[in-house]
Amino acid sequence: MTDLDKLREKIREWSKEVLEPVLKRFPERKAKFLTEEGFEVSRVYTPLDTEGRGWDYLEKLGLPGDYPFTRGVYPTMYRGRPWTIRQYAGFGSAEDTNARYRYLLSIGQTGLSMAFDLPTQLGLDPDHKLAWYEVGKVGVSMPSVKEMELVFEGIPMDKVSTSMTINATAIEVLSMYVAVAESRGISKAVLRGTVQNDILKEYIARNNYIYPPQPSMRYATDLIIYAAKNMPKWNSISISGYHFEEAGATPAMEVAFTLADAIEYVKHVLERGHMDVDKFAKRLSFFFAARTNLFEQIAKFRAARRMWAKIMKERFGAKERRSMMLRFHTQTAGVLLTAQQPLVNLIRTTIQALAAVLGGTQSLHVNSYDEALSLPTEESVKLSVRVQQVLLYESGVTDTVDPLGGSYYVEWLTDQIEEKAWKIIDEIERLGGMVRAIEVGYPQREIARAAYEWQLKVERGEIPVIGVNIFVEQEEPKIRVLKVDPAVRERVVNRLRKLREERDQMKVRDALDRIAKAAEGEENLFPPILEAVKAKATLGEISGVLRDIWGEWRAPEVY
Amino acid sequence: MPESSGESAVEIRKPKRLRVLVAKLGLDGHDRGAKVVARALRDAGFEVVYLGVHQSPEDVVEAAIEEDVGVVGVSILSGSHMELVSDLLKLMREKGLNVPVIVGGIIPPDDAKELKRMGVYEVLGPGTPLKKVIEAYKKALEGVN
Repeated sequence: MTDLDKLREKIREWSKEVLEPVLKRFPERKAKFLTEEGFEVSRVYTPLDTEGRGWDYLEKLGLPGDYPFTRGVYPTMYRGRPWTIRQYAGFGSAEDTNARYRYLLSIGQTGLSMAFDLPTQLGLDPDHKLAWYEVGKVGVSMPSVKEMELVFEGIPMDKVSTSMTINATAIEVLSMYVAVAESRGISKAVLRGTVQNDILKEYIARNNYIYPPQPSMRYATDLIIYAAKNMPKWNSISISGYHFEEAGATPAMEVAFTLADAIEYVKHVLERGHMDVDKFAKRLSFFFAARTNLFEQIAKFRAARRMWAKIMKERFGAKERRSMMLRFHTQTAGVLLTAQQPLVNLIRTTIQALAAVLGGTQSLHVNSYDEALSLPTEESVKLSVRVQQVLLYESGVTDTVDPLGGSYYVEWLTDQIEEKAWKIIDEIERLGGMVRAIEVGYPQREIARAAYEWQLKVERGEIPVIGVNIFVEQEEPKIRVLKVDPAVRERVVNRLRKLREERDQMKVRDALDRIAKAAEGEENLFPPILEAVKAKATLGEISGVLRDIWGEWRAPEVY
Repeated sequence: MPESSGESAVEIRKPKRLRVLVAKLGLDGHDRGAKVVARALRDAGFEVVYLGVHQSPEDVVEAAIEEDVGVVGVSILSGSHMELVSDLLKLMREKGLNVPVIVGGIIPPDDAKELKRMGVYEVLGPGTPLKKVIEAYKKALEGVN
């Protein structure tokens, strides 16, 4: 009799003698326990759920820092280097944002993460008619290199790593960063950081796109190729699942859509760049959400890591370990914040942050408790940093690598997520890849459906939300909210007008012409855009050139 | 267009049918809430004109007139609600469009009060049950103040 047979026999005996009498007296709370993905959770997990299913340790897990990286991308993980504490921040003018960055660094943040306002993300200068309402609201206004200079006043660009959430105008904004660094004598080759540059997810969920998908893919690809050759320490893309989750995607959808996007980027760079996969793959990075459903989230991160390693090794023939590593940033799930009893959000985000850490994240943003109401205040963002510091310095969860590896439940969940995500990826492949799938509205529809189902479950009380459908309080506590000073707009616009007047107009016109020529032909867009930024062309002007050539995207409205 | 005093956005005529507009006003792309609301209204028997993202006040007013809707629903999560909605209401008055406006999104409590004072029919923040959303649209259509 094998050990597994013995276990089966033991379970039969236990069911009869131990379990059944208890169930008779104390029935369980629910007939079925489901994960957020909808997997039915068993009462207890045993080796029958791992080895019992023909599971092989080396094949499924291996060791950290080695294929298939299920247990983590580095052999020592947080024993060696902690994750980067990186709060997404930026609002108002360059001066406001500079002050917030200095504050964050002073309380122990270890990396910067830049939030840009919507006009910047959509290629509009702040004096554009539609831009006017939004200047400085959800991020810093960045119409020219001048603003970048002010944001980084007194911040050592050669030491700090900077992440930028910018996509449709990623080359323009990264060029501003490079231009400021070079003006301080810092070579772009030493700059460390990440640019999101993930346009595909904009069409699926985030909606900050400008051009149609095909030229946008060429734009994103040009950045990846340029960075691979000139900025070896820069992550040229952050392929994002976070926004899918925020828009309603289930965990398996989040993994599948993200990896399907990643496949599309790799295919495009291989085609356009004629580069060996190992030349750029190590600088592809990822971004996921962390929800409160602890174990399924941890499983999600582990499954994503294993799947990416397999895709890179088997499908794209990567040889180097670093090309197969799914390195990722995590943000706690904004959609799970409630406006009701906002302090309870601190408890939620702590659990979510724990999921990210137990899932092996490389950097982390913890949402602030007041963000269902407004941008965070200094006080609330400090608590977000402190949540991370408590996990890092007090909890002990960082002392060993992948502490949940080998948990029968977590391994079973990891396998379940993986299996379901592969099925979704197969469906996207069947449709002809992600660009095509987006054009026919497939991921958009799946996400909208999942979002609606979630809401109905909350309405029916099947998904309990403290303060919303259980433990509701009539009186809501007042909290202080951050308001962006409307004078910001004047300041930004005046500075922009001055810059437009004082620059060498000839030089700007020539630079913009070069961008047009590159866009119409095959030349990489990065060098002419960098040159235009240095000549003080504005974001709106550069984006305007591309808009004229490529047109704008009108999304099919799916709900 | 019906005659209108041009003063208030909540004095409304009896609608012929349950026809409403849902739009993302401004440049904000967070459309989960707007889509869920559009779908819930549709499932509750409303005819929903869903405009999608990146709509200016002009776009919304033009579509509302063209589609002859009984309620205008706009969603904003970028913090620019005060100015956007103020301009929307102003433009509606100018064009004689006299239908209730419902605002959804991330709206701090004090701003919600101010919006209502300005003439917004209802403000629905995060966590509002769909039942309440549907009720608000129904009441708005019936002209209940």
